[in-house]
Amino acid sequence: MSDLLAREPAGVRVEGVDLSYGATRVLRDVNLEIRPGEFFAFLGPSGCGKTTLLRLIAGFATAQRGRILVGGQDLSPLPPWKRDVGMVFQSYALWPHMTVRKNVAFGLEERRVPRAEIGPRVEAALRLVGLDGLGDRRPSQLSGGQQQRVALARTVAVRPKVLLLDEPLSNLDARLRVQVRRELRDLQQGLRLTTIFVTHDQEEANTVCDRIAVMSEGAVQQVGTPMELYDHPANLFVAGFLGTANIVPGIVLRDGGAAAFEITGGTRIPLPAGLEVSEGARLMFRPQDVTLLPAGAEPGNRRVIAGEITHREFLGASIRYGIRVAGAEVLVDAPHTGGEHHLPVGGLAALALDSSRVKLLSA
Amino acid sequence: MRAAGLWSSLVALAAALLLPWYLTQDGIAAAPLAGLAWLADPDFGPAAGQVLAQGRWWLLPALLAPAAGLLAALLPIPRPARAALFLLTGGLGLGLLIAQGYAIGVQGWSTPWLEGLFGPMEDRQFGVGWGGALVPAALAVLLAAGLAGRGAFRGDAFTATVAVCIALAIAVFTAMPLVLLLGDAFRDAGGALAAGALFGRLADDRLWSLGCLAGAPRCGVVWNTALLGVLVGAGTTALGLAFALLVVRGRLRLGRPLRWLTVLPIVTPPFILGLGLILIFGRSGIVSLAASSLFGVELGRWIYGLPGVLLAQLFAFTPIAFLVLIGVVEGLSPTLEEASSTLRATPRDTFRTVTLPLLRPGLANAFLLGFVESMADFGNPIVLGGQFGVLATEIFFAVVGAQADAGRAATLSLVLLALALGAFFLQRRLTARKSYVSIGGKGDAGLAPPLPAGVRRLCLAVALPWAGLTVALYLLALSGGFVEIWGRDYTPTLRHMIKAFEISGGQLTGLAWNSVITTVTLAAISAPITAALGIVSAWLFSRARFAGRGALEFATMLTFAVPGTVIGVAYLRAFNLPPLELAGTGAIIVACFVFRNLPVGLRSGMAAMAQIDPSLDEASHTLGGGGADAFRRVVLPLLRPAIMAGLVYAFVRAMTTISAVIFLVTADTELATVFIVNRVINGDYGLAIAVAVVLIALMVVMLGLAQLLVGRRRIGRRAAVAPPIQPGGTVA
Repeated sequence: MSDLLAREPAGVRVEGVDLSYGATRVLRDVNLEIRPGEFFAFLGPSGCGKTTLLRLIAGFATAQRGRILVGGQDLSPLPPWKRDVGMVFQSYALWPHMTVRKNVAFGLEERRVPRAEIGPRVEAALRLVGLDGLGDRRPSQLSGGQQQRVALARTVAVRPKVLLLDEPLSNLDARLRVQVRRELRDLQQGLRLTTIFVTHDQEEANTVCDRIAVMSEGAVQQVGTPMELYDHPANLFVAGFLGTANIVPGIVLRDGGAAAFEITGGTRIPLPAGLEVSEGARLMFRPQDVTLLPAGAEPGNRRVIAGEITHREFLGASIRYGIRVAGAEVLVDAPHTGGEHHLPVGGLAALALDSSRVKLLSA
Repeated sequence: MRAAGLWSSLVALAAALLLPWYLTQDGIAAAPLAGLAWLADPDFGPAAGQVLAQGRWWLLPALLAPAAGLLAALLPIPRPARAALFLLTGGLGLGLLIAQGYAIGVQGWSTPWLEGLFGPMEDRQFGVGWGGALVPAALAVLLAAGLAGRGAFRGDAFTATVAVCIALAIAVFTAMPLVLLLGDAFRDAGGALAAGALFGRLADDRLWSLGCLAGAPRCGVVWNTALLGVLVGAGTTALGLAFALLVVRGRLRLGRPLRWLTVLPIVTPPFILGLGLILIFGRSGIVSLAASSLFGVELGRWIYGLPGVLLAQLFAFTPIAFLVLIGVVEGLSPTLEEASSTLRATPRDTFRTVTLPLLRPGLANAFLLGFVESMADFGNPIVLGGQFGVLATEIFFAVVGAQADAGRAATLSLVLLALALGAFFLQRRLTARKSYVSIGGKGDAGLAPPLPAGVRRLCLAVALPWAGLTVALYLLALSGGFVEIWGRDYTPTLRHMIKAFEISGGQLTGLAWNSVITTVTLAAISAPITAALGIVSAWLFSRARFAGRGALEFATMLTFAVPGTVIGVAYLRAFNLPPLELAGTGAIIVACFVFRNLPVGLRSGMAAMAQIDPSLDEASHTLGGGGADAFRRVVLPLLRPAIMAGLVYAFVRAMTTISAVIFLVTADTELATVFIVNRVINGDYGLAIAVAVVLIALMVVMLGLAQLLVGRRRIGRRAAVAPPIQPGGTVA
């Protein structure tokens, strides 16, 4: 990677940020610590406040309370143009009246970088994103993917302390998206640039990011690596947002040291020892934690629940069944190994649930 | 922030030391240039000389404030302290200078209690000149730099300067004149405040009389105005709708020529049609003469009065309604109508139950526009009104007539303003409410259904004759400039043209040269100012966020609704006395042009800004470009076509306006439109038309050139516009 564009990475701290527009609370007491050189994601559904938080770091919004620190410096009193924070916009925001080279040089000119240095840095940035030779084109003469690279080159050319990416892949088609996200990751690693990535797509966040902050209704629900979030979701929202989750209502029963969960109106599931039990909790398990038993098979140490198949979806590697059991409907993935073998909708099925994989979660 | 404070202090200081503080009647050239004596002259001296040599101590702030600002900019003090000093010196200096300007007038102290406070005042002052204008303006910038330094406007000195300057300009050139004028309505003949005076004048029978219903010769002026407005609004809307339906849905080949009709009211002074009607139906008009010679029928003076004014305004303003309604009809989503026809509605049913109801907000908008235009029109009623008085002309006669009555003029203005603002608010509410047009949203496909045959026939029957008449009227009106004497001798001649624009012996001896040159000069001065102010304020209102932005934008837009007559009277009232003694100068006309046309420039600027994705400016912000750089390097280049259009439009509008400036012109600053109206009133039609023809030709050339320039630019830019972004990204 080009030394012309590298810089010592800075960490980002978000401290107790509250932000409202009128009566609408957009961010509620957000606290985050993003490490230097980390690829970090804000993940959540639309309206969860992730883009607002990003724009707050860039300086386009003002918080009612709290601070944003980059490399230990409080950014709150600074306007966007004094923050040294780079941002790639969802629409790329390339200036149509300037050539690619002019677009990339803009930030360097604004920073009063000596003329002799601007040319090499622009070329280095264009080479970094694989666009060398296209400097004289206009943005409109480039494809969507190329425009996106120009936007990226324009931002990294100024060596920002932090790189903010606002849904950078959302305007690309599915195939390009997979390619670009890998390139993004490589580029970020090469420059060791602290990067914050806003997305509503869990797959994007999982594949490129070191850590993810899952957000909902203006609050951070959980921060962790993609695997931590999938395997140990902190609450029902995180469990439901990352991957598919079966969430079943019921009550917790205690019998001495052992605890069990009774699904409303039916089956009792023993809970693994040491599971933290809180009031109003629900049972959560993933579709692949359940096995569909052929008739007459031995359940072993698994709990068997009877139900009726209500629908079936073919997903390629597996077949997903929707099964109505007493009090709830659950999704079950059965591996697909070839052939036309599947269970009929309307038929009965026995489910074996591995009780060591279940979790009790609250909202 | 520091740079802005430094430069504004330097400019203010230089102006206070070098520029004549007071208005110099004969320009700077007449100053006693012998040596440096003028620096201490009581008439020509700058603020420094006035203070030191003339003992005008009250001008001291003009020296001290910039000096203090300079000091604050140069001393090594922390940013908050510097900002506070800028704020203090700028604000205090500006406040004190304004205060002294109003406290000491042509007769010394302006109010007795000031005399009691400071002792008798021997001195007097006249209007401010370059120095007196530039020093406060620079201090306003200093104040803005201070505000930015305190964190307002995101700490950006450029945004702060723009906001403060626009607010000041609107306050001085729009709000203050109107407030002063309306204040007059509450004064009695002696000038004392008396609320009763307003009610006395408001109750005047000449305003509200309904006598004409009972057979009396005329009704009150207010009823006349309202009746005319309603008739014109309804008429232009109906005619405009017929044209719009035909052009958009009529499957006609006439679309393009019909669209050209919409250019006519832009390039012609509004009273040209009144003139044309006189030439046809007036006492020596061709129709009147033909009727009396062929049938022995004397048509008389019927055209002078409501029928004539109504006809003239219908002809003049139908193109405006047409223009508005084309947009509305084009905006209808065809899918809504297709949905209706798939449900088995006949074309007629669809038109009646879907199309027309969808058009309703647009129709109401066009009606209100016609109403407002009719009320504000001054040219046609003055030319054709006769005994039929409307508010615009009555105000004029109350100011210039035999019984000049400022209070009556103010009261009539108040009524006219109330009517106009009422219509304006109604229109805003209509357009603010979600118009039906946008319901279809994006991804609209489908073909608009053709008009039902019956509707199409009706539209054709109405629109085509009307279009023909309009063109004929314009042609007739203009041909009147090329015959000997209309009504008696139709021999073709260039006599009038020569009389107006003769050049003999290298001298411009034609009668109209003076006014045409004045018009072009003042329009050319005001157009760039209008366009610049319009673009800058459009940027400010669509991008900056600050307290009071909505109010400021509203105040700027409000000027649009104020009829020209009211503005004219208000300017006369406000700028007749020191410190802003502009009456009689070209400056007052330029100011009038600029602030009358500003809302139009602002609107088109805002429309253009709406096309520019805010992330384009934000991208420049994150890359280090502050407010000024983002504006200069990103917004301005993208707005170039809008700037060009604004420039041309401001120029053309300045050339054709009459209602406001007729109060402001003097013998030295006579404008072409005023010249023409005066000729018409004197019955000298040939000369009037000759000048009008030249004026129109000038503007057509201007518009053509602009079309060429902007058109080419647009083609050049087409390749540069980024392809539309797929909307898929925003879906969660």
